[in-house]
Amino acid sequence: MKKIFLFIFCLFIFNNSAEALVEVDITRGNLDPLPIAVSPLYVESGSIDIKEGDKIIKNVGEKISEVIEVNFKRSGLFNPLKKDSFVQKPDIVHVKPRFEDWRLIKAQALVTGKVTVSEEKLRVEFRLWDVIAAKEMVALAFSTTPNNWRRVAHIISDKVYQRLTGEEGYFDTRIIYVAESGPKTQRYKKLAIMDQDGANVKYLTLGNELVLTPRFSPKNQLVTYLSYFRNLPRVYLLDIETGVQEVVGDFPGMTFAPRFSPDGEKIIMSFAKDGNSDIYTMNLKTRVVEKITDHTSIDTSPSYSPDGKYIAFNSDRSGLQQIYVMRSDGSNVKRITFGKGLYGTPVWSPRGDLIAFTKVHKGRFYIGVMRTDGSGERLLTENYYQEAPSWSPNGRVLIFYRETKADSDGKGFSAKLWSIDLTGYNERLIETETDGSDPSWSSLLSK
Amino acid sequence: MVSLTNLRKYLVVVLAGIALTACATQGKKGSNIAGDVYTGNETVEYLATGVKDRVFFATNKSTLTTASRDTLRKQAAWMRKKSKLKFTIEGHADERGTREYNLALGERRANAVKDYLMTYGISGSRLNVISYGKERPVNSGSNPLAWSQNRRSVTVKAQ
Repeated sequence: MKKIFLFIFCLFIFNNSAEALVEVDITRGNLDPLPIAVSPLYVESGSIDIKEGDKIIKNVGEKISEVIEVNFKRSGLFNPLKKDSFVQKPDIVHVKPRFEDWRLIKAQALVTGKVTVSEEKLRVEFRLWDVIAAKEMVALAFSTTPNNWRRVAHIISDKVYQRLTGEEGYFDTRIIYVAESGPKTQRYKKLAIMDQDGANVKYLTLGNELVLTPRFSPKNQLVTYLSYFRNLPRVYLLDIETGVQEVVGDFPGMTFAPRFSPDGEKIIMSFAKDGNSDIYTMNLKTRVVEKITDHTSIDTSPSYSPDGKYIAFNSDRSGLQQIYVMRSDGSNVKRITFGKGLYGTPVWSPRGDLIAFTKVHKGRFYIGVMRTDGSGERLLTENYYQEAPSWSPNGRVLIFYRETKADSDGKGFSAKLWSIDLTGYNERLIETETDGSDPSWSSLLSK
Repeated sequence: MVSLTNLRKYLVVVLAGIALTACATQGKKGSNIAGDVYTGNETVEYLATGVKDRVFFATNKSTLTTASRDTLRKQAAWMRKKSKLKFTIEGHADERGTREYNLALGERRANAVKDYLMTYGISGSRLNVISYGKERPVNSGSNPLAWSQNRRSVTVKAQ
């Protein structure tokens, strides 16, 4: 993916939060999505059509507004109104909205904009309007290359989300996951990345060997994952841009469950030898390896707190899988789960306040969250089989995967990606062209 | 000529035999699983005559049952005769657990087998271990029988 060339210079930024009548509360289940009108962006005359491979994008202004609408709809917080009820044309509304027209169709917020497309550059202006107060709330302009028109839509979505909820958005992100196919007994797996709305799917490996549990680096340039290349299960690093893969370290046994440290300098993972799995880190620059846990139990699925000071992990040192927290040097290990059932796959929220997990109890699988001391356990969803939640960068949405029951011939089996809000609402299937598992969410691409 | 009393005894024996066979039939609920460990012969292959290639485990466990140890003693005896051969010991788990923990559990199971074979004189340098976690089930069903057949450690001749 080409590096995007992004200028953001602000025309006006209104910070009317005290006076704005339009706002969205994302801390509670939202049964009343905010009606928002997204006008197609006006395309400045003289603009050219965008070439995308062998396709031609005509009217990118309309396409951008459609991507924004899908983002809003899927968030569960906004209700994008149907375009056929819009009275004002895109060019006029961007300059001077007639708020009465928009109030008539019950819009509370309005997004308008303008794009100019030349061979090298896509320039965008957009405005967010408070229809009720009849005021401009946000006005921004920026430039990028024409092939980044989808990211333009995601950035606008994030700015609107941020202005209306007070929280950072999560639309300008990608998901990495394992694309699966084939019979259960001989599953064919490839690493795949896609935009969070499912567009721009790219396969990073060929499927000749098993690949599992991929994670992005904090700046999203690298991926770490487990590969069974040459029948030796080891943690690898992959550079998304160059496609170059390298094995992490020189371990005389299986390494697995890899993640990056929050500063991107280390890989943390499990190393299994002689029936015991402990957690290790390796510094990617110095190549120095450190042993973090030292116990005869299985220690795996490590997850750093966002400040890098603590690690949550999965251990069966008390007999069955439970979640523990320790300092990042391995000291001060504390068990935090004491409820009925097994606990696994701890993931520390990017907000630092919660740990999401998988719980197994009486043959059912749960995705849940708890405070970092283990209190306040809240189960969000129950299923025949689901696991491995991953946080959106704003700590408000979890993506995970589910598998279905198969009959004795293996028929009926499928693995799919799902998401759910932290509130427990807006449970949603994420469409992928193949089956999918092990999803992991990137950080915001523009950071 | 069979007398009536003998006929009755004969019938009882036959009926008991049918009942026992019925209990041992595949697919019947709870059959071929004892203490959560698969005890049947489906999916089992043989390294040599009388030498089974695999042992089975209870959920979340890597302990060897008496039957498993018997299988492994037979494997070791055969391995001692074939001193030039090397082996890969695969560890597997069922699908009813989280993926990463299952990778570790498979490795623990394979090592339990390797350790036991080594106590019967097989050099560790002949035994390579690999875990497949839950990635390579032998039975693709979603039922307790399938899961018990998938909780296994398989000894494979190295290529």
